[in-house]
Amino acid sequence: MPEVVLATQGLTRHFGGLAAVSGVSLEAHMGQLHAVIGPNGAGKSTLINMLSGDLPPTSGRVAINGCDVTGLAAHQISRMGVGRSYQKTNVFLAFTAFENCRLAAQSRRKTSMQFFRPAVNLTEVNRSAEEALAAAGLDGRAGSVASALSHGEQRQLEIAMTLATRPKLLLLDEPLAGMGAEESASMVALLKKLVETHAILLVEHDMDAVFELADRLTVMVDGQVLASGAPAAIRANAEVQEAYLGESHE
Amino acid sequence: MTSRANAILLAVAVLGLAATPFFAEKFYVQFFAKLLIMGIFAMSLDLLLGYTGLVSFGHAAFYGASAYTLAILTPQYQAANFWTSFPIAIAVSATLALVIGFFVVRTHGIYFIMVTLAFAQMLFFLFHDTKIAGGNDGIYIDVRPVAKIGDWQPFNLDNFVHVFYLVLVFFVIVYVLLRVILASPFGRVLVGIKANEARMRSLGFPTFRYKLVAFVIAGAIAGVAGYLSSIQFGVVNPEMMGWHLSGAVMMMVILGGMGTLTGPIIGAAVWMLLELGLQGLPKVGSVDLGKHWQLWMGSFIVLASLLLPNGLLGLGASLLRRIGKQRGKPDA
Ligand SMILES: Nc1ncnc2c1ncn2[C@@H]1O[C@H](COP(=O)(O)OP(=O)(O)OP(=O)(O)O)[C@@H](O)[C@H]1O
Ligand SMILES: [Mg+2]
Repeated sequence: MPEVVLATQGLTRHFGGLAAVSGVSLEAHMGQLHAVIGPNGAGKSTLINMLSGDLPPTSGRVAINGCDVTGLAAHQISRMGVGRSYQKTNVFLAFTAFENCRLAAQSRRKTSMQFFRPAVNLTEVNRSAEEALAAAGLDGRAGSVASALSHGEQRQLEIAMTLATRPKLLLLDEPLAGMGAEESASMVALLKKLVETHAILLVEHDMDAVFELADRLTVMVDGQVLASGAPAAIRANAEVQEAYLGESHE
Repeated sequence: MTSRANAILLAVAVLGLAATPFFAEKFYVQFFAKLLIMGIFAMSLDLLLGYTGLVSFGHAAFYGASAYTLAILTPQYQAANFWTSFPIAIAVSATLALVIGFFVVRTHGIYFIMVTLAFAQMLFFLFHDTKIAGGNDGIYIDVRPVAKIGDWQPFNLDNFVHVFYLVLVFFVIVYVLLRVILASPFGRVLVGIKANEARMRSLGFPTFRYKLVAFVIAGAIAGVAGYLSSIQFGVVNPEMMGWHLSGAVMMMVILGGMGTLTGPIIGAAVWMLLELGLQGLPKVGSVDLGKHWQLWMGSFIVLASLLLPNGLLGLGASLLRRIGKQRGKPDA
C-alpha cells in the first residue's frame, strides 16, 4: 500500500447555516491521483481551502504525513510540503513569471530574514524557479509580466508557482479551467508525470481528463461524499450517474 | 524611469547639494538640511506604505520618540554625547516600533490606519498633557550633543554646515541601505506581501513577522530623521509626534510616488518648497495670501491626487516615455 500523505476525518465547514462541507473523510497516497468531482457549489474548493489552511474547519481533522495539522496556519501547512493552486488564478500580476516562481521557491529557505544579499543571487532558488517554469511549459515566458500572459499561461504559472515550492502533496483546484484544448492536453501530460513523484488531490470538471488521470475518485454533492472508489466503479454507480455525471452529459 | 537612472539622478542631486554650503546663505543651507531630513522620514514611511502595503498614520511617533530621547538624555546646560545618544535614541524608536507593531501589524486595512493613529496620539498626549520634557511647550536642547572621540572632534553640531553634511551623509546611508534591503530576500517578501498577502502565506511565508520587522526598520529610520531634526533646530515638542506630521509625511510619499525611493524624496522636496513659497505669498488687498498657505497647499494636494495617480515621479516617467516614443519613431 503506498504511503498515505493526506488523510482527513469528518472534515466539516459551515458558513452561517450552510454546511458547505460536511463529514468528508478521504486519503491521498504517494504516487496516486485522487480526483474530487461534483456539481457547482458541492464544496470542493472549500475542502481544498481547509486542507491548505486557508480556512479553518468547523470540525473534523486533517493529517499530513501522519501529523495532525488541523488548525495550523496556511504558511505552516505549506512548509510541511503541501502546495496548492487556486481555482481563480492567484498569481502576482505585476511580477514577471520568473519572479512569481522565484518568490515561491524562496519560501523553501529556512528564513527570508536576510537583508543585505541580493535576492537574485540565490542560485539554488533561481534554479528551482527555472525548473518549475520549464515543467509547466512556461520557460519561454520567464521574463514576461504575469498580467501580460494569456489566461491559459496564467493557469500554467499558477501550477509552476506551486511546483516551485517543491511540495510532496499537490492540491489542485480546477487547473484545466479556461484552458484551450492544446494547453489542456499538455497540462494532463504534466499531471501524469507529476503523479509519479507526488500525491495529488485534483478537483476538476473536465471528465475526460479526470477519468484519464484518476486512480481514485470521490464524488461530492451538497458538501457530502456521495461515492468514493475506483473510477470504473464510480462510472457504473447509478446514484452518481443520476446526481452528477448524467447531468453534465445530457 | 529605470531605478539606475533614478540613482544617477539622485547622485547628481546629492553632489549638487554637497556644494551648497560654499555659496548659499545659512537660511538655505538649513532649509536643505531640513528637506533632506524630511526625505529620510518620507523614505522610511514608504518602506511601509509603498513597499509593504501598510498605511501607517502614526509614523511621527517614532520620529518624535528619538527626538525626545535626546532631549531627556541631554543634561541641563550641558551637552549629551553624540556617539551614545544617537544609538540610544534610534534604539528607543525601534523598540517602540516593535511594541506598537506587535499590536497593530495584525490588523488590516482601515483598522491598521486607525490603530497606528491611536497609538501615536496616545504618545502625543502623554507629552502634551503631562510635565514630561516641558509639556505642551516642548523643551529646548540648550547645548547640542558633542561628537568627541577622545580629544578629537570630527564634527561640531553647533556649526550649521557640519549639521548639514551630517544630515547629507545619513540621507545617503539611508537611501543605500533601503535600496539594498529592498533587493534582498527580505525586501522581495515585503513587495510580495503588498501585492497579495494571502498568496504569500499559502506559499509558506509567515507574513506577520516580516511586516513587523519592516515596521521596526521604518520606525528606526524615522528615529534617525527625528534625532537629526532635534539637533538642527535645538527644540523638541509634542507636534513632532502629532497626526499633522504623520499626515504630512504620508502626503509627501503619495505626492512624490509611493513604491519608489526617489518618489518620497521628490515629494518631500516639493512639499517643503511649496510650504516655503506659499508662506511667502503677498497680501492682495485685504487678503493675506501667505497666511492662508495651508488652503493653497490643500488645494494642490487634492488636485495632485486627482490628476497624478502615480505621483510626480509617475508623471515624470510617463512624460519621458512619451518623449522616448516620439524619438523612437522612424522619420519623426
Ligand atoms: N467564504 C464563503 N462564505 C460563505 N459561503 C461560502 C464561502 N465559500 C463558499 N461558500 C459557499 O459554500 C458552498 C460551496 O462552495 P465551493 O466554492 O466550495 O464549491 P465548489 O464545489 O468549489 O464549486 P465550483 O465547482 O463552482 O467551484 C457554496 O454554496 C458557496 O456559495
Ligand atoms: Mg470551486
